Amino acid sequence: MKRVFTKPDRWKMFFRQFPKELEKLGLQSLPIVVIISVFIGFIMTMQTKLNSSNPLLPVYTTGLVTRDTLLLEFSSTILCLILAGKVGSNIASEIGTMRITEQIDALEIMGVNSANYLILPKIVAFVVMMPFLVIFSMALGLTGGYFVGILTNILTTGDYLSGIRYAFVPYYVFYSVIKSMYFAFIISSVAAYYGYYSYGGALDVGKSSTNAVVNGSVLILFFNILITKLMLN
Amino acid sequence: MIEVKNVDKSFGSNHVLKNVSAIFETGKTNMIIGASGSGKTVLMKSVIGLHRIDKGRIEYDGRNLPDMRMSEVRILRREVGMLFQGSALFDSNTVLENVMYPLEMFASTTKDEMVDRAVFCLKRVNLPEKSYKLAPSEISGGMQKRVAIARAIALQPTYLFCDEPNSGLDPKTSLIIDQLIHEVTHEFGITTVINSHDMNSVMEIGENIIFIDKGVKAWQGNNKDIFHVDNEALNDFVFASELFKKVKNANQ
Repeated sequence: MKRVFTKPDRWKMFFRQFPKELEKLGLQSLPIVVIISVFIGFIMTMQTKLNSSNPLLPVYTTGLVTRDTLLLEFSSTILCLILAGKVGSNIASEIGTMRITEQIDALEIMGVNSANYLILPKIVAFVVMMPFLVIFSMALGLTGGYFVGILTNILTTGDYLSGIRYAFVPYYVFYSVIKSMYFAFIISSVAAYYGYYSYGGALDVGKSSTNAVVNGSVLILFFNILITKLMLN
Repeated sequence: MIEVKNVDKSFGSNHVLKNVSAIFETGKTNMIIGASGSGKTVLMKSVIGLHRIDKGRIEYDGRNLPDMRMSEVRILRREVGMLFQGSALFDSNTVLENVMYPLEMFASTTKDEMVDRAVFCLKRVNLPEKSYKLAPSEISGGMQKRVAIARAIALQPTYLFCDEPNSGLDPKTSLIIDQLIHEVTHEFGITTVINSHDMNSVMEIGENIIFIDKGVKAWQGNNKDIFHVDNEALNDFVFASELFKKVKNANQ
């Protein structure tokens, strides 16, 4: 950890790696974020509507439930669990392969702080990129919910829009973004740890990758409770 | 010159290196030879500092490696080049970028000067120009070794380490790589240490040979002396094949 968070040997090399990591870990995650968010928006709206047909419930219930679910948990926690699989395995297998093919030893022999050079740009890039992914996911989920409501004729535009505007708490967005940044740190650092300390062959890199995803996911769930307790109580 | 003095190294109860002392001379191809499991790789990794030794001294021209702090070790390593068994080229970079990497990391020259230096090193190892823009996976094993040598000499190292440089290469390419290492060593006055169990290399370029047997330095000499040694373990190892037995008999 100490070797990762030190001043880079050359800032020029850090800033060369940083945009590459933004693209690889952030932009390349967009397709999965789009698909999952839109479909969760669809299903959230449909399920809420189908299970709240009581006439005593106000018309804005569906929009309200969809919005709060997306804002509070889906676009931060569930999205991060999914990204723990995609990004976590990517980081662990990339660094693990570099370890077993002696590329990390080559960096060390050159006098490069390999942990800092390889891991720091990944952690910083993913933490920086995560708020954008989360806000994008929120917007897509709400849009998906709106379209499924209209297209399947289970909701009117007015009902849905009044629901997503009703009793809106802007702090929820802030809470979600902050939470997701912690999760981004957990995903990237846990994966980098397992990758960096890989040894053996291809099978062992696979094991490191699996361990990175499993342990990263468990830590996300654990920290979700902790952060929720701290930020919402 | 690198001096290894009374080095001991254990992994748990496995005592791998036992009071090993050796001198790796400047401007010579120094070879560490020995059977698999004899401790030669541990010796080389200990000399480089990838393994922390239990006892003894490893002096790089008087500077004792085990006494150095990590920051000092990193500075020393900028004087070190290494050729790995599997080449260890960065697969996300092109051939030219691989050779430029140590320059970009540590040299304080302009970009053009770095490119010139990288191209000079690639030309020195006789790599065709059309391969400069290719990825390591797109060139042959022999070419990968040449790129690795070019990268290792890019920063004009004082010390060059080669771990099994001929592993996975055909005999002709092995000979070319051996000659290249030998030429580079003499041309730039480098202290070169080669870890090998390729007897062709030993006979061809072994100017200072250290034979490790069961963690102990069992013999030290050169490729001419090796024909006249009565060390049983060394003879069993070096002249194991019928061909080399005939070569030995012809030389005696």
